[in-house]
Amino acid sequence: MSTARPSVPGLLRLALDDDVLIATRDLVAGPVACSDGGVVDVVEAIELGHKVAARDLVDGDPVVRYGMPIGVATRPIARGQWVHTHNLASRYIVTFAHRGGVS
Amino acid sequence: MIVASTPPLVGYRRADGRIGIRDVIAVVYTVECARFVADSIAAGDDEVHVVGFGGCYPNDYAERMLHALCTHPNVGAVALVSLGCEGFDRERLQAVVRSSGRPCETFVIQERGGTRATIEHGRAWVRTTRRTMPDAPHDTFELSELVLGTICGGSDGTSGITANPSVGVAFDRFVAAGGTAIFEESGELIGCEYHMAGRAVTTSLAVEIEDRIRKAAAYYAAMGHGSFSPGNAEGGLTTLEEKALGAYSKSGSGPIHGVITPGQVAPAPGLYLLDVVPEGEPRWGYPNINDNAEIAELIACGAHVVLFTTGRGSVVGSAISPVIKVCANPETYRRMADDMDIDAGRILESATTIGQVADDLMALVEAVAAGQPTASERLGHREFVLTYKSAEPTGPSCLPIGVRGGR
Repeated sequence: MSTARPSVPGLLRLALDDDVLIATRDLVAGPVACSDGGVVDVVEAIELGHKVAARDLVDGDPVVRYGMPIGVATRPIARGQWVHTHNLASRYIVTFAHRGGVS
Repeated sequence: MIVASTPPLVGYRRADGRIGIRDVIAVVYTVECARFVADSIAAGDDEVHVVGFGGCYPNDYAERMLHALCTHPNVGAVALVSLGCEGFDRERLQAVVRSSGRPCETFVIQERGGTRATIEHGRAWVRTTRRTMPDAPHDTFELSELVLGTICGGSDGTSGITANPSVGVAFDRFVAAGGTAIFEESGELIGCEYHMAGRAVTTSLAVEIEDRIRKAAAYYAAMGHGSFSPGNAEGGLTTLEEKALGAYSKSGSGPIHGVITPGQVAPAPGLYLLDVVPEGEPRWGYPNINDNAEIAELIACGAHVVLFTTGRGSVVGSAISPVIKVCANPETYRRMADDMDIDAGRILESATTIGQVADDLMALVEAVAAGQPTASERLGHREFVLTYKSAEPTGPSCLPIGVRGGR
């Protein structure tokens, strides 16, 4: 069974110009190393697999993950904030989630 | 000539030339009313699998699916269990199975004297038939003869960065080596259609791919729900297009050779998209009500093994073909290791690469093809789902140049 190694960054940047970074483990608020070599001040707790804004976004901005748009920001989002159903919407169909998609 | 260092793979060669990696007896209920009897005939034998159709009204798609499943290379013999008055054409299914060279018998409950007598007759037939089947696999085959399917279920934010791209790399290598691979769920590829079209081997196929994904988007919009569950959101996925982006990576990066529909066997090796969404106005409800409905369709297209990636943690297997569970999320893997075959989440926690997980995956496919049971097989999972739907086989515009459609 593998164990988390401190050398693995807590945030993963999938593509150079992405607007979001992916948590590689559950994160608490504070500075977190990113796979691009930088450090992001994460402002709230983030669960494994969830997204953190890589830059400040304004309402209506397309949000890009792995080089592809995954929806549109529905309110201003600051770098380091959690990006999810409360501030990102599909351009195709409304997301169906219980409790806003938190576990 | 390259001499393999491992012993050759040995399987069950069928009359149509395809190779089986299992030798299952399928017990088929042709209406829900016959299901209890079918389950009772199969009870206690891991190599007797129950499939069937619950509806009493006839449905061409369901009949074609069962024709394909009962003549799947992993199936060696078939028992049909009918109540007697339902709409399903059991005579036609029996004729299709017998003409494939497989033993097949029909048990009509109303004619055999009810539940107890039919179970006894069915169990006796299974015992007798098993004695006529080979004791062990008997013909050698190359791994590239296999058809691999892939599906994701219970996806989360890790699926698209660990397990799915690992399957994609495995598919790239398998197809390059002459294998046949199928990825699916046109409804989970919404937003990826233009990129996908760019990988099509012909311009007519590129047009078909774009049209079929547009059709899927319209179909799901009419249903009022995308192919997206609350658990996807809890796992960090926010939108359908984000989920699609991750799902799409299962297809790898190589050329796409064709589009097929449920029950259609690929006419030549290559990489195929399985279009699961019916043509025309939405009329049967959701294209697939759950993961097992999709797995059954992949198997009906000839898949010998299904690579199932999961982040939240699915436990299902399938009747007919083994399901390999590729776990994307390292925390899920630790919680549910018993249900998982491959720990792809370690990519997030160690120096393990996607290429290394793809190596593990293909080594496991080879072991499973040689008879090693998967986690879901060991646990006894044999799920099967088939519902009302319409699906027509695709034609030349969807298939590789130089081959004729269908089989």
